Amino acid sequence: MNFSIAVMQAFDGLSLFSVLLLMALGLAIIFGLMGVINMAHGELMTLGAYMTYLTASGFEKYAPNLMGIYILVAIPVAFLASFALGYALERLFVQWFYRRPLDTLLATWGLSLILQQAYRTIFGSGEVSVPLPSWLNGPWNLNSTIQIPLNRVFIIALAAGVTLGVYVLLNRTRSGLRIRAVTQNRAMSAAVGINTRKVDALTFALGSGLAGIAGCVFTMIGSTNPGTGQLYIVNAFIVVVFGGVQSLMGTVLSAFSIAQSQSWLEYFMSGSMAKMTMLAIVIVVLYFKPSGLFTTRVRS
Amino acid sequence: MFEVSGLDVYYGESYIIRNVSLSLPEKGTLAVMGRNGMGKTTLLKALIGMLPARSGSIRLGGVDLTRLASYARVKAGVAFVPQGRMIFPMLNVQENIMTGLEYSSSKSIPSYIYRFFPVLQEMKGRRGGNLSGGQQQMLAIARALVTDPKVLILDEPTEGIQPSIIKEIARTLNDLKRELGFSILVSEQVLSFAMEVADQFIVLDRGRIVHEEAKESLNIQRVKSFLTV
Ligand SMILES: Nc1ncnc2c1ncn2[C@@H]1O[C@H](COP(=O)(O)OP(=O)(O)OP(=O)(O)O)[C@@H](O)[C@H]1O
Ligand SMILES: [Mg+2]
Repeated sequence: MNFSIAVMQAFDGLSLFSVLLLMALGLAIIFGLMGVINMAHGELMTLGAYMTYLTASGFEKYAPNLMGIYILVAIPVAFLASFALGYALERLFVQWFYRRPLDTLLATWGLSLILQQAYRTIFGSGEVSVPLPSWLNGPWNLNSTIQIPLNRVFIIALAAGVTLGVYVLLNRTRSGLRIRAVTQNRAMSAAVGINTRKVDALTFALGSGLAGIAGCVFTMIGSTNPGTGQLYIVNAFIVVVFGGVQSLMGTVLSAFSIAQSQSWLEYFMSGSMAKMTMLAIVIVVLYFKPSGLFTTRVRS
Repeated sequence: MFEVSGLDVYYGESYIIRNVSLSLPEKGTLAVMGRNGMGKTTLLKALIGMLPARSGSIRLGGVDLTRLASYARVKAGVAFVPQGRMIFPMLNVQENIMTGLEYSSSKSIPSYIYRFFPVLQEMKGRRGGNLSGGQQQMLAIARALVTDPKVLILDEPTEGIQPSIIKEIARTLNDLKRELGFSILVSEQVLSFAMEVADQFIVLDRGRIVHEEAKESLNIQRVKSFLTV
Protein backbone atom coordinates (compact mmCIF):
# COMPACT_ATOMS: atom_id res chain seq x y z
CA MET A 1 0.00 0.00 0.00
CA ASN A 2 1.48 3.34 -0.97
CA PHE A 3 1.40 6.63 0.87
CA SER A 4 -1.49 8.20 -1.07
CA ILE A 5 -3.78 5.29 -0.39
CA ALA A 6 -2.85 5.37 3.29
CA VAL A 7 -3.71 9.06 3.49
CA MET A 8 -7.05 8.59 1.78
CA GLN A 9 -7.80 5.54 3.91
CA ALA A 10 -7.08 7.47 7.09
CA PHE A 11 -9.21 10.29 5.82
CA ASP A 12 -12.03 7.89 5.11
CA GLY A 13 -11.87 6.75 8.72
CA LEU A 14 -11.81 10.36 9.85
CA SER A 15 -14.97 11.23 7.98
CA LEU A 16 -16.75 8.11 9.23
CA PHE A 17 -15.63 9.17 12.70
CA SER A 18 -17.20 12.60 12.22
CA VAL A 19 -20.53 11.16 11.16
CA LEU A 20 -20.55 8.64 14.02
CA LEU A 21 -19.62 11.35 16.49
CA LEU A 22 -22.39 13.68 15.35
CA MET A 23 -24.91 10.86 15.71
CA ALA A 24 -23.63 9.67 19.05
CA LEU A 25 -23.15 13.00 20.87
CA GLY A 26 -26.83 13.68 21.42
CA LEU A 27 -27.56 10.04 22.16
CA ALA A 28 -24.80 9.94 24.78
CA ILE A 29 -26.10 13.07 26.50
CA ILE A 30 -29.62 11.61 26.68
CA PHE A 31 -28.23 8.21 27.74
CA GLY A 32 -26.52 9.95 30.65
CA LEU A 33 -29.78 11.64 31.60
CA MET A 34 -32.14 8.67 31.39
CA GLY A 35 -29.76 5.79 32.03
CA VAL A 36 -31.09 4.02 28.94
CA ILE A 37 -30.90 4.43 25.19
CA ASN A 38 -33.44 6.75 23.60
CA MET A 39 -34.91 4.49 20.93
CA ALA A 40 -36.49 7.48 19.19
CA HIS A 41 -33.12 9.12 18.57
CA GLY A 42 -33.03 7.89 14.97
CA GLU A 43 -36.31 9.61 14.23
CA LEU A 44 -35.01 12.87 15.71
CA MET A 45 -32.14 12.57 13.23
CA THR A 46 -34.66 11.91 10.45
CA LEU A 47 -36.45 15.10 11.41
CA GLY A 48 -33.20 17.01 10.92
CA ALA A 49 -32.82 15.45 7.49
CA TYR A 50 -36.38 16.39 6.48
CA MET A 51 -35.86 19.90 7.79
CA THR A 52 -32.79 20.19 5.59
CA TYR A 53 -34.87 18.97 2.66
CA LEU A 54 -37.56 21.58 3.42
CA THR A 55 -34.97 24.34 3.74
CA ALA A 56 -33.39 23.37 0.42
CA SER A 57 -36.82 23.27 -1.27
CA GLY A 58 -37.61 26.69 0.21
CA PHE A 59 -34.39 28.15 -1.15
CA GLU A 60 -34.94 26.54 -4.53
CA LYS A 61 -38.35 28.13 -4.79
CA TYR A 62 -37.88 31.57 -3.26
CA ALA A 63 -34.15 32.31 -3.47
CA PRO A 64 -32.59 30.10 -6.13
CA ASN A 65 -29.54 32.35 -6.41
CA LEU A 66 -28.76 31.69 -2.71
CA MET A 67 -28.91 27.91 -3.17
CA GLY A 68 -25.18 27.77 -2.45
CA ILE A 69 -25.65 28.64 1.22
CA TYR A 70 -28.87 26.79 2.06
CA ILE A 71 -26.88 24.24 4.03
CA LEU A 72 -25.65 26.93 6.42
CA VAL A 73 -29.27 27.85 7.14
CA ALA A 74 -30.42 24.23 7.24
CA ILE A 75 -28.05 23.34 10.10
CA PRO A 76 -29.61 25.73 12.64
CA VAL A 77 -33.10 24.98 11.29
CA ALA A 78 -32.54 21.24 11.78
CA PHE A 79 -31.11 21.84 15.25
CA LEU A 80 -34.00 24.06 16.34
CA ALA A 81 -36.71 21.79 14.95
CA SER A 82 -35.31 18.70 16.66
CA PHE A 83 -34.64 20.72 19.82
CA ALA A 84 -38.27 21.83 19.88
CA LEU A 85 -39.63 18.34 19.21
CA GLY A 86 -37.30 16.92 21.88
CA TYR A 87 -38.46 19.53 24.38
CA ALA A 88 -42.11 18.76 23.69
CA LEU A 89 -41.55 14.99 23.90
CA GLU A 90 -39.77 15.33 27.25
CA ARG A 91 -42.49 17.49 28.77
CA LEU A 92 -45.41 15.44 27.47
CA PHE A 93 -43.97 11.97 27.60
CA VAL A 94 -40.44 11.05 28.63
CA GLN A 95 -40.50 12.89 31.98
CA TRP A 96 -42.88 10.31 33.43
CA PHE A 97 -40.43 7.45 32.88
CA TYR A 98 -37.09 8.53 34.38
CA ARG A 99 -37.08 6.10 37.26
CA ARG A 100 -38.20 3.16 35.13
CA PRO A 101 -35.50 2.23 32.63
CA LEU A 102 -37.31 -0.70 30.99
CA ASP A 103 -40.48 1.33 30.50
CA THR A 104 -38.40 4.16 29.05
CA LEU A 105 -36.91 1.80 26.51
CA LEU A 106 -40.32 0.55 25.43
CA ALA A 107 -41.92 3.97 25.51
CA THR A 108 -39.25 5.58 23.33
CA TRP A 109 -39.43 2.62 20.95
CA GLY A 110 -43.16 3.21 20.62
CA LEU A 111 -42.43 6.87 20.05
CA SER A 112 -40.02 5.95 17.29
CA LEU A 113 -42.74 3.98 15.47
CA ILE A 114 -45.24 6.82 15.85
CA LEU A 115 -42.76 9.33 14.45
CA GLN A 116 -41.91 7.09 11.48
CA GLN A 117 -45.59 6.83 10.67
CA ALA A 118 -45.99 10.59 11.02
CA TYR A 119 -43.14 11.18 8.54
CA ARG A 120 -44.72 8.71 6.14
CA THR A 121 -47.98 10.66 6.32
CA ILE A 122 -46.39 14.08 5.99
CA PHE A 123 -43.52 13.50 3.57
CA GLY A 124 -44.61 10.31 1.81
CA SER A 125 -42.80 7.00 1.96
CA GLY A 126 -40.44 7.67 -0.95
CA GLU A 127 -36.89 8.93 -0.91
CA VAL A 128 -36.20 12.64 -0.94
CA SER A 129 -32.81 14.17 -1.55
CA VAL A 130 -31.20 17.57 -1.73
CA PRO A 131 -28.63 18.92 -4.17
CA LEU A 132 -25.18 19.39 -2.76
CA PRO A 133 -24.06 23.06 -2.96
CA SER A 134 -21.59 23.44 -5.80
CA TRP A 135 -18.72 24.49 -3.52
CA LEU A 136 -19.03 21.16 -1.69
CA ASN A 137 -19.13 19.13 -4.88
CA GLY A 138 -16.12 17.32 -6.17
CA PRO A 139 -12.73 16.50 -4.75
CA TRP A 140 -10.03 18.52 -3.16
CA ASN A 141 -6.82 17.61 -4.96
CA LEU A 142 -4.00 17.61 -2.47
CA ASN A 143 -1.62 16.45 -5.20
CA SER A 144 -1.97 14.39 -8.34
CA THR A 145 -2.69 11.14 -6.45
CA ILE A 146 -4.45 12.24 -3.26
CA GLN A 147 -8.05 13.31 -3.70
CA ILE A 148 -10.35 14.13 -0.83
CA PRO A 149 -14.12 14.74 -1.29
CA LEU A 150 -15.00 18.29 -0.23
CA ASN A 151 -18.30 17.38 1.43
CA ARG A 152 -16.37 15.07 3.74
CA VAL A 153 -14.07 17.94 4.70
CA PHE A 154 -17.14 20.00 5.52
CA ILE A 155 -18.60 17.22 7.68
CA ILE A 156 -15.33 16.87 9.59
CA ALA A 157 -15.19 20.60 10.26
CA LEU A 158 -18.84 20.62 11.34
CA ALA A 159 -18.31 17.69 13.71
CA ALA A 160 -15.27 19.40 15.21
CA GLY A 161 -17.20 22.64 15.67
CA VAL A 162 -20.24 20.94 17.22
CA THR A 163 -18.10 18.86 19.58
CA LEU A 164 -16.19 21.92 20.71
CA GLY A 165 -19.48 23.75 21.26
CA VAL A 166 -20.85 20.89 23.36
CA TYR A 167 -17.60 20.72 25.33
CA VAL A 168 -17.70 24.41 26.16
CA LEU A 169 -21.39 24.25 27.04
CA LEU A 170 -20.97 21.28 29.37
CA ASN A 171 -17.71 22.29 31.04
CA ARG A 172 -17.61 26.07 31.01
CA THR A 173 -21.15 27.23 31.65
CA ARG A 174 -23.60 27.20 34.52
CA SER A 175 -26.16 25.26 32.44
CA GLY A 176 -23.51 22.66 31.70
CA LEU A 177 -22.72 22.29 35.39
CA ARG A 178 -26.42 21.73 36.06
CA ILE A 179 -26.59 19.09 33.33
CA ARG A 180 -23.55 17.26 34.68
CA ALA A 181 -24.88 17.36 38.25
CA VAL A 182 -28.35 16.07 37.31
CA THR A 183 -26.79 13.36 35.14
CA GLN A 184 -24.78 12.12 38.13
CA ASN A 185 -27.48 12.30 40.79
CA ARG A 186 -30.90 13.74 40.08
CA ALA A 187 -32.27 13.57 43.64
CA MET A 188 -29.19 15.17 45.15
CA SER A 189 -29.13 17.89 42.50
CA ALA A 190 -32.65 18.87 43.50
CA ALA A 191 -31.57 18.85 47.15
CA VAL A 192 -28.86 21.44 46.46
CA GLY A 193 -31.37 23.66 44.69
CA ILE A 194 -31.16 22.73 41.01
CA ASN A 195 -34.51 22.83 39.22
CA THR A 196 -34.23 19.31 37.89
CA ARG A 197 -37.45 19.40 35.83
CA LYS A 198 -36.10 22.31 33.82
CA VAL A 199 -32.67 20.72 33.43
CA ASP A 200 -34.19 17.39 32.34
CA ALA A 201 -36.22 19.05 29.61
CA LEU A 202 -33.34 21.18 28.35
CA THR A 203 -30.89 18.28 28.38
CA PHE A 204 -33.25 16.08 26.41
CA ALA A 205 -33.91 18.92 23.99
CA LEU A 206 -30.19 19.56 23.57
CA GLY A 207 -29.50 15.90 22.77
CA SER A 208 -32.40 15.95 20.30
CA GLY A 209 -31.11 19.12 18.66
CA LEU A 210 -27.73 17.47 18.14
CA ALA A 211 -29.55 14.56 16.49
CA GLY A 212 -31.08 17.14 14.15
CA ILE A 213 -27.61 18.31 13.08
CA ALA A 214 -26.59 14.70 12.44
CA GLY A 215 -29.71 14.32 10.29
CA CYS A 216 -28.72 17.37 8.31
CA VAL A 217 -25.39 15.71 7.59
CA PHE A 218 -27.11 12.53 6.34
CA THR A 219 -28.58 14.50 3.46
CA MET A 220 -25.02 15.19 2.29
CA ILE A 221 -24.15 11.51 2.03
CA GLY A 222 -27.46 9.87 1.08
CA SER A 223 -31.18 10.33 0.52
CA THR A 224 -33.85 10.48 3.21
CA ASN A 225 -36.95 8.36 3.81
CA PRO A 226 -39.12 7.83 6.90
CA GLY A 227 -36.91 4.91 8.00
CA THR A 228 -33.57 6.67 7.55
CA GLY A 229 -33.02 6.97 11.28
CA GLN A 230 -33.18 3.19 11.72
CA LEU A 231 -30.37 2.80 9.20
CA TYR A 232 -27.90 4.79 11.27
CA ILE A 233 -29.11 4.34 14.82
CA VAL A 234 -27.42 1.00 15.49
CA ASN A 235 -24.00 2.50 14.85
CA ALA A 236 -24.76 5.36 17.21
CA PHE A 237 -25.89 2.87 19.90
CA ILE A 238 -22.64 0.96 19.55
CA VAL A 239 -20.54 4.11 19.90
CA VAL A 240 -22.38 5.20 23.03
CA VAL A 241 -22.38 1.83 24.74
CA PHE A 242 -18.75 1.18 23.82
CA GLY A 243 -17.66 4.60 25.10
CA GLY A 244 -19.48 4.57 28.41
CA VAL A 245 -21.57 7.51 29.49
CA GLN A 246 -19.42 9.39 31.90
CA SER A 247 -17.76 11.90 29.64
CA LEU A 248 -17.79 13.53 26.29
CA MET A 249 -14.24 12.30 25.85
CA GLY A 250 -15.43 8.69 26.10
CA THR A 251 -17.86 9.23 23.24
CA VAL A 252 -15.20 10.92 21.12
CA LEU A 253 -12.62 8.19 21.69
CA SER A 254 -15.18 5.46 21.12
CA ALA A 255 -16.37 6.97 17.83
CA PHE A 256 -12.76 7.39 16.76
CA SER A 257 -11.67 3.85 17.47
CA ILE A 258 -14.76 2.32 15.91
CA ALA A 259 -14.55 4.45 12.77
CA GLN A 260 -10.83 3.95 12.23
CA SER A 261 -10.91 0.21 12.80
CA GLN A 262 -13.97 -0.23 10.61
CA SER A 263 -12.49 1.76 7.77
CA TRP A 264 -9.16 -0.10 7.96
CA LEU A 265 -10.88 -3.46 8.26
CA GLU A 266 -12.93 -2.59 5.19
CA TYR A 267 -9.74 -2.06 3.30
CA PHE A 268 -8.63 -5.61 4.01
CA MET A 269 -11.94 -7.48 3.87
CA SER A 270 -15.47 -7.06 2.52
CA GLY A 271 -17.77 -4.45 4.08
CA SER A 272 -20.01 -6.90 5.91
CA MET A 273 -17.08 -8.97 7.18
CA ALA A 274 -15.55 -5.75 8.51
CA LYS A 275 -18.79 -4.87 10.30
CA MET A 276 -19.02 -8.35 11.80
CA THR A 277 -15.43 -8.24 13.01
CA MET A 278 -16.06 -4.80 14.51
CA LEU A 279 -19.18 -6.01 16.32
CA ALA A 280 -17.33 -9.04 17.64
CA ILE A 281 -14.58 -6.84 19.05
CA VAL A 282 -17.15 -4.55 20.68
CA ILE A 283 -18.95 -7.51 22.25
CA VAL A 284 -15.73 -8.94 23.66
CA VAL A 285 -14.71 -5.57 25.09
CA LEU A 286 -18.12 -5.05 26.68
CA TYR A 287 -18.01 -8.52 28.17
CA PHE A 288 -14.90 -7.58 30.10
CA LYS A 289 -15.76 -3.92 30.67
CA PRO A 290 -19.55 -3.68 30.85
CA SER A 291 -19.60 0.03 31.69
CA GLY A 292 -17.74 0.91 28.52
CA LEU A 293 -14.13 1.18 27.52
CA PHE A 294 -13.46 4.79 28.37
CA THR A 295 -14.67 5.29 31.91
CA THR A 296 -13.02 7.47 34.50
CA ARG A 297 -12.53 5.84 37.83
CA VAL A 298 -12.87 7.60 41.18
CA ARG A 299 -12.71 6.18 44.66
CA SER A 300 -16.43 6.51 45.32
CA MET B 1 -39.28 29.24 62.92
CA PHE B 2 -38.97 25.71 61.40
CA GLU B 3 -42.09 23.81 62.39
CA VAL B 4 -42.96 20.20 61.63
CA SER B 5 -46.28 18.86 62.79
CA GLY B 6 -47.95 15.48 62.64
CA LEU B 7 -45.62 14.19 59.92
CA ASP B 8 -46.30 10.68 58.54
CA VAL B 9 -43.94 9.14 55.99
CA TYR B 10 -44.30 5.80 54.22
CA TYR B 11 -42.12 3.64 52.05
CA GLY B 12 -44.79 2.13 49.89
CA GLU B 13 -47.07 0.49 52.45
CA SER B 14 -44.63 0.46 55.35
CA TYR B 15 -45.38 3.20 57.83
CA ILE B 16 -41.99 4.58 58.93
CA ILE B 17 -42.27 8.09 60.39
CA ARG B 18 -45.20 8.18 62.76
CA ASN B 19 -46.80 11.46 63.69
CA VAL B 20 -43.57 13.39 64.27
CA SER B 21 -43.76 17.02 65.40
CA LEU B 22 -40.81 19.22 66.18
CA SER B 23 -39.94 22.84 66.34
CA LEU B 24 -36.62 24.53 65.74
CA PRO B 25 -36.14 28.15 66.83
CA GLU B 26 -33.94 30.66 65.06
CA LYS B 27 -30.25 29.88 65.71
CA GLY B 28 -31.22 26.75 67.62
CA THR B 29 -29.68 23.33 67.15
CA LEU B 30 -31.78 20.21 67.45
CA ALA B 31 -30.26 16.73 67.52
CA VAL B 32 -32.35 13.76 66.40
CA MET B 33 -30.93 10.70 68.17
CA GLY B 34 -31.75 7.10 67.38
CA ARG B 35 -30.28 3.70 66.67
CA ASN B 36 -29.82 2.24 63.18
CA GLY B 37 -33.06 1.90 61.28
CA MET B 38 -35.14 4.03 63.63
CA GLY B 39 -36.11 6.45 60.86
CA LYS B 40 -33.66 9.36 61.09
CA THR B 41 -32.82 9.40 57.41
CA THR B 42 -36.43 8.90 56.43
CA LEU B 43 -37.47 11.88 58.55
CA LEU B 44 -34.74 14.17 57.20
CA LYS B 45 -35.32 13.15 53.58
CA ALA B 46 -38.98 13.97 54.01
CA LEU B 47 -38.02 17.40 55.35
CA ILE B 48 -35.90 18.25 52.29
CA GLY B 49 -38.47 16.73 49.94
CA MET B 50 -36.63 13.66 48.71
CA LEU B 51 -39.49 11.59 50.12
CA PRO B 52 -43.14 12.69 50.12
CA ALA B 53 -45.05 13.21 53.35
CA ARG B 54 -48.30 11.25 53.52
CA SER B 55 -49.76 13.73 55.99
CA GLY B 56 -48.71 16.49 58.35
CA SER B 57 -47.01 19.77 57.56
CA ILE B 58 -43.56 21.35 57.26
CA ARG B 59 -43.31 25.13 57.59
CA LEU B 60 -40.40 27.54 57.51
CA GLY B 61 -40.98 31.07 58.76
CA GLY B 62 -44.69 30.74 57.99
CA VAL B 63 -44.16 29.34 54.46
CA ASP B 64 -45.71 25.92 53.85
CA LEU B 65 -43.09 23.61 52.30
CA THR B 66 -45.00 20.34 52.59
CA ARG B 67 -45.85 19.93 48.90
CA LEU B 68 -42.85 21.72 47.39
CA ALA B 69 -40.10 20.03 45.34
CA SER B 70 -36.65 19.82 46.94
CA TYR B 71 -35.22 22.69 44.91
CA ALA B 72 -38.06 24.98 45.97
CA ARG B 73 -37.38 24.11 49.62
CA VAL B 74 -33.72 24.97 49.10
CA LYS B 75 -34.80 28.31 47.67
CA ALA B 76 -36.98 28.87 50.73
CA GLY B 77 -33.97 28.32 53.01
CA VAL B 78 -33.50 24.63 53.80
CA ALA B 79 -30.16 22.95 53.03
CA PHE B 80 -29.30 19.27 53.25
CA VAL B 81 -26.11 17.31 53.96
CA PRO B 82 -27.12 13.69 53.36
CA GLN B 83 -25.90 10.53 55.01
CA GLY B 84 -23.00 9.20 52.95
CA ARG B 85 -22.29 12.76 51.72
CA MET B 86 -23.56 12.18 48.18
CA ILE B 87 -21.16 14.64 46.65
CA PHE B 88 -20.99 14.54 42.85
CA PRO B 89 -18.06 12.16 42.33
CA MET B 90 -17.16 13.26 38.79
CA LEU B 91 -17.31 17.01 39.47
CA ASN B 92 -14.27 18.66 40.98
CA VAL B 93 -14.35 20.26 44.41
CA GLN B 94 -14.99 23.75 43.12
CA GLU B 95 -17.79 22.58 40.80
CA ASN B 96 -19.37 20.58 43.61
CA ILE B 97 -19.60 23.71 45.74
CA MET B 98 -20.88 25.75 42.81
CA THR B 99 -23.87 23.45 42.31
CA GLY B 100 -25.24 25.05 45.50
CA LEU B 101 -25.06 28.61 44.12
CA GLU B 102 -28.38 28.39 42.30
CA TYR B 103 -30.30 30.96 44.35
CA SER B 104 -27.57 32.76 46.25
CA SER B 105 -26.88 36.41 45.52
CA SER B 106 -23.25 35.86 44.51
CA LYS B 107 -22.41 33.63 41.57
CA SER B 108 -18.96 32.77 42.91
CA ILE B 109 -17.97 30.81 45.99
CA PRO B 110 -18.06 33.10 49.07
CA SER B 111 -14.66 33.56 50.71
CA TYR B 112 -15.72 32.25 54.13
CA ILE B 113 -15.99 28.74 52.65
CA TYR B 114 -12.25 28.46 52.08
CA ARG B 115 -11.55 30.27 55.35
CA PHE B 116 -13.42 27.59 57.28
CA PHE B 117 -12.39 24.70 55.04
CA PRO B 118 -8.87 25.50 53.82
CA VAL B 119 -8.41 21.90 52.69
CA LEU B 120 -11.13 22.44 50.06
CA GLN B 121 -9.11 25.26 48.56
CA GLU B 122 -6.05 23.03 48.33
CA MET B 123 -8.13 20.34 46.60
CA LYS B 124 -10.09 22.76 44.40
CA GLY B 125 -9.41 20.97 41.14
CA ARG B 126 -9.60 17.40 42.41
CA ARG B 127 -12.59 15.18 41.58
CA GLY B 128 -15.00 14.94 44.50
CA GLY B 129 -14.97 11.16 44.30
CA ASN B 130 -11.24 11.11 45.06
CA LEU B 131 -11.46 12.94 48.40
CA SER B 132 -11.26 11.15 51.73
CA GLY B 133 -14.43 10.63 53.76
CA GLY B 134 -13.72 13.58 56.04
CA GLN B 135 -12.92 15.86 53.14
CA GLN B 136 -16.11 14.78 51.37
CA GLN B 137 -18.05 15.62 54.52
CA MET B 138 -16.62 19.14 54.54
CA LEU B 139 -17.38 19.45 50.83
CA ALA B 140 -20.99 18.39 51.38
CA ILE B 141 -21.32 20.96 54.18
CA ALA B 142 -19.78 23.68 52.00
CA ARG B 143 -22.12 22.82 49.12
CA ALA B 144 -25.11 23.12 51.45
CA LEU B 145 -23.91 26.36 53.06
CA VAL B 146 -23.52 28.35 49.84
CA THR B 147 -27.30 28.11 49.37
CA ASP B 148 -27.58 30.61 52.28
CA PRO B 149 -29.80 28.36 54.41
CA LYS B 150 -31.94 29.35 57.35
CA VAL B 151 -31.97 25.71 58.41
CA LEU B 152 -29.06 23.35 57.80
CA ILE B 153 -30.05 19.67 57.96
CA LEU B 154 -27.25 17.12 58.47
CA ASP B 155 -27.78 13.36 58.44
CA GLU B 156 -25.20 11.53 60.59
CA PRO B 157 -22.27 13.79 59.69
CA THR B 158 -19.87 11.75 61.84
CA GLU B 159 -20.55 8.39 60.23
CA GLY B 160 -17.31 6.72 59.13
CA ILE B 161 -15.13 9.63 60.23
CA GLN B 162 -12.21 9.42 62.65
CA PRO B 163 -12.59 11.00 66.12
CA SER B 164 -10.14 13.89 65.63
CA ILE B 165 -12.00 15.02 62.49
CA ILE B 166 -15.33 14.63 64.29
CA LYS B 167 -14.16 17.16 66.90
CA GLU B 168 -13.01 19.49 64.14
CA ILE B 169 -16.34 19.26 62.33
CA ALA B 170 -18.22 20.06 65.57
CA ARG B 171 -16.03 23.11 66.19
CA THR B 172 -16.36 24.35 62.60
CA LEU B 173 -20.14 23.92 62.64
CA ASN B 174 -20.43 25.96 65.84
CA ASP B 175 -18.21 28.72 64.45
CA LEU B 176 -20.11 28.80 61.15
CA LYS B 177 -23.41 28.95 62.95
CA ARG B 178 -22.24 31.84 65.11
CA GLU B 179 -21.00 33.76 62.08
CA LEU B 180 -23.84 33.05 59.64
CA GLY B 181 -26.75 32.67 62.07
CA PHE B 182 -28.55 29.60 60.71
CA SER B 183 -30.29 26.85 62.69
CA ILE B 184 -29.17 23.23 62.63
CA LEU B 185 -31.14 20.00 62.56
CA VAL B 186 -28.76 17.07 62.89
CA SER B 187 -29.31 13.33 63.23
CA GLU B 188 -26.74 11.42 65.26
CA GLN B 189 -25.81 8.24 67.03
CA VAL B 190 -22.62 9.68 68.53
CA LEU B 191 -23.76 11.37 71.72
CA SER B 192 -20.50 13.28 72.35
CA PHE B 193 -20.78 15.03 68.97
CA ALA B 194 -24.42 15.86 69.57
CA MET B 195 -23.57 17.29 73.00
CA GLU B 196 -20.98 19.59 71.36
CA VAL B 197 -23.39 21.16 68.89
CA ALA B 198 -27.01 20.76 70.04
CA ASP B 199 -29.12 22.57 72.60
CA GLN B 200 -32.28 20.45 72.10
CA PHE B 201 -32.54 16.66 71.80
CA ILE B 202 -35.20 14.30 70.54
CA VAL B 203 -34.96 10.53 70.47
CA LEU B 204 -36.54 8.57 67.63
CA ASP B 205 -37.59 4.97 68.18
CA ARG B 206 -39.32 3.01 65.42
CA GLY B 207 -40.36 6.24 63.78
CA ARG B 208 -41.84 7.90 66.85
CA ILE B 209 -40.46 10.57 69.14
CA VAL B 210 -40.08 8.82 72.48
CA HIS B 211 -38.05 11.40 74.37
CA GLU B 212 -37.55 15.14 74.13
CA GLU B 213 -35.27 17.24 76.30
CA ALA B 214 -33.24 20.47 76.43
CA LYS B 215 -29.49 20.16 76.91
CA GLU B 216 -29.49 21.64 80.44
CA SER B 217 -31.86 19.05 81.81
CA LEU B 218 -30.67 16.18 79.63
CA ASN B 219 -30.35 12.88 81.41
CA ILE B 220 -27.39 11.40 79.58
CA GLN B 221 -27.89 7.90 80.95
CA ARG B 222 -31.46 7.93 79.72
CA VAL B 223 -30.48 8.95 76.17
CA LYS B 224 -27.69 6.40 76.15
CA SER B 225 -30.14 3.68 77.04
CA PHE B 226 -32.10 4.55 73.89
CA LEU B 227 -28.97 4.36 71.77
CA THR B 228 -27.70 0.97 72.94
CA VAL B 229 -29.35 -2.24 71.88
N1 LIG C 1 -35.99 2.52 50.35
C1 LIG C 1 -36.61 1.91 51.38
N2 LIG C 1 -37.66 1.10 51.15
C2 LIG C 1 -38.29 0.49 52.18
N3 LIG C 1 -37.96 0.63 53.47
C3 LIG C 1 -36.93 1.40 53.76
C4 LIG C 1 -36.17 2.09 52.73
N4 LIG C 1 -35.20 2.81 53.32
C5 LIG C 1 -35.31 2.57 54.64
N5 LIG C 1 -36.34 1.75 54.93
C6 LIG C 1 -36.75 1.29 56.25
O1 LIG C 1 -37.15 2.42 57.00
C7 LIG C 1 -36.70 2.31 58.33
C8 LIG C 1 -35.95 3.54 58.73
O2 LIG C 1 -34.78 3.66 57.95
P1 LIG C 1 -33.83 4.91 58.03
O3 LIG C 1 -32.84 4.79 56.93
O4 LIG C 1 -34.65 6.14 58.09
O5 LIG C 1 -33.09 4.69 59.43
P2 LIG C 1 -31.93 5.50 60.11
O6 LIG C 1 -32.39 5.87 61.45
O7 LIG C 1 -31.49 6.58 59.21
O8 LIG C 1 -30.80 4.41 60.23
P3 LIG C 1 -29.20 4.54 60.12
O9 LIG C 1 -28.73 5.05 61.43
O10 LIG C 1 -28.74 3.15 59.86
O11 LIG C 1 -28.91 5.47 58.99
C9 LIG C 1 -35.88 1.04 58.42
O12 LIG C 1 -36.66 0.05 59.01
C10 LIG C 1 -35.58 0.69 56.99
O13 LIG C 1 -35.52 -0.68 56.82
MG1 LIG D 1 -29.77 7.04 58.26
